[in-house]
Amino acid sequence: MLSIQNLSVSYGAIAALHGISFEVGPGEIVTLIGSNGAGKTSTLRAISGLIKSRGKILYQGRDLANLPPHEIVAAGISHVPEGRMIFANLTVAENLAMGAYLQKDKGGIERDRQFVFGMFPRLAERRQQVAGTLSGGEQQMLAIGRALMSRPKFLMLDEPSLGIAPILVKTIFEKIVEINRQQGLAILLVEQNANLALEISRHGCVLETGQIILRDSSAALRENPKVRAAYLGGV
Amino acid sequence: MNRLTSALLAWPKAVLLACLLASLAFWLISDRINPYYMDVLTKIGINVILAVSLNLINGYTGQFSLGHAGFMAVGAYAAAAVTMFAGPKFLALAPAAWLLPATDGLFLGALLIGGLAAALAGILVGAPSLRLKGDYLAIVTLGFGEIIRVIFRNIDSLGGALGLNGIPPYTNIFWVLAVACICTYVVLAMVHSTYGRGFVAVRDDEVAAEAMGLNTTRYKIVAFVVGAFFAGMAGGLYGHYTLSIDPKGFDFMRSIEIVVMVILGGMGNTAGVIAAAVLLTLLPEVLRPFEKYRMIFYSLLLIILMLTRPQGLFTWKRTLKTAGRA
Ligand SMILES: Nc1ncnc2c1ncn2[C@@H]1O[C@H](COP(=O)(O)OP(=O)(O)O)[C@@H](O)[C@H]1O
Ligand SMILES: [Mg+2]
Repeated sequence: MLSIQNLSVSYGAIAALHGISFEVGPGEIVTLIGSNGAGKTSTLRAISGLIKSRGKILYQGRDLANLPPHEIVAAGISHVPEGRMIFANLTVAENLAMGAYLQKDKGGIERDRQFVFGMFPRLAERRQQVAGTLSGGEQQMLAIGRALMSRPKFLMLDEPSLGIAPILVKTIFEKIVEINRQQGLAILLVEQNANLALEISRHGCVLETGQIILRDSSAALRENPKVRAAYLGGV
Repeated sequence: MNRLTSALLAWPKAVLLACLLASLAFWLISDRINPYYMDVLTKIGINVILAVSLNLINGYTGQFSLGHAGFMAVGAYAAAAVTMFAGPKFLALAPAAWLLPATDGLFLGALLIGGLAAALAGILVGAPSLRLKGDYLAIVTLGFGEIIRVIFRNIDSLGGALGLNGIPPYTNIFWVLAVACICTYVVLAMVHSTYGRGFVAVRDDEVAAEAMGLNTTRYKIVAFVVGAFFAGMAGGLYGHYTLSIDPKGFDFMRSIEIVVMVILGGMGNTAGVIAAAVLLTLLPEVLRPFEKYRMIFYSLLLIILMLTRPQGLFTWKRTLKTAGRA
């Protein structure tokens, strides 16, 4: 479905990604783990067209590298940015409407909205609430819901567990699995805290200073001593 | 621009029409009202246009601009040039019986040309906003305002440093209130539409907005162009009211005054910004007896307000008011 080939990103003179390659199959959850500054966010931003990159981003056979973000969204790729970048001054409903920005059919938008509300009943209860006043976990739900409103076939999540109460992290990961199953959505999940991520994904890649140093099934990665020491808290 | 036009048309037009009729009715009875009050009201109206239009740029879209007086100057000079230089020839063509409507038409045309000239300047100033943010953008827009002043000071055909005198007295309370109504209508209709929530989205989080597929570049430019257009109209109204304009009248203190109205009213809260424009126009009038201490009073008041109500004097629930129509 998505095939990244030799992708590089630099910020001025500083290289953040040194030609990484990996693949995400249809309906598959793939985890990208790596410590702070490894280049996880840069990878997602390059795919979304938010930053310039070199290399190939093949999506359903088409190279999307360096297309403007709205074309990437239109192609069916949606990005839940790091740090829950919701629109703080818009209501929950308005945030969702912005997610459907490129959708034109009212009926379809309403169906997507009902799907999101079904997935996250908390958002339905708070639809008229200003998003900036939601809790961290609710904001993350909103960010995911907003991304779903663009009717993606491929969803990218940047550290959805960051700064969220552990109990909510579990809920959110369950929802990610549910979305994956119900909609057959392929998901690229970026995490620093890799325990849960490797539990719900089929494959994983380990990113270190802009290079992929390991690629394996998630089960194998969970058993890998190096991964356990560096990313699973040594358990 | 399709979504933008439909957004403008979707908002209740009856309200706008009622406001325009009320402006007309008010003008009809205006000669029975104390001229001093009319003077203050005219100034209030012009300041409302300036503040509401700046609020689109600074408040809703979050692009901190200090160049509003510059846009006003462009509009004022362009409109005055039309009525002073092209006006007499145009009116000479009109048959005697048609002189009044021809004059009104001339003035409307002059105001629109002033607005369009300012909108063009808005594109020029909006372009840096695509790369610059916050303080940097503020400095660039401030520089723009100063450059505009220097340019007008050096155009001899526009009076140079002395400015233009003998501008025809075409501004009346109808024009002022009508433009204020249209400006408010346009800004509200824009930001309350699905299209227009994009302005707030750009302000709240530009990267996320871009990731949703919004064309953030276009939003910023549209905000600058529409904001500048109405500032230009306000400039035209101002020039044809004071009957003389000079570059000094559009210095950066004027821009600051408008920014203060926006901040005091609450960034992105149109009703609050209108209230602040009214209040800050009235305040110097009320303080007139204490002429000497006026500026101290004024500054103190602003400091106290900013310390106690940093979110704006008239904003309670949320920083930006866009709720209402889903
Ligand atoms: N906007 C930026 N400007 C310059 N350097 C950046 C920028 N964003 C990220 N970097 C650098 O790129 C590298 C990768 O960052 P990032 O992709 O954010 O990593 P991660 O998401 O894995 O923490 C880091 O060294 C970081 O300092
Ligand atoms: Mg990151």
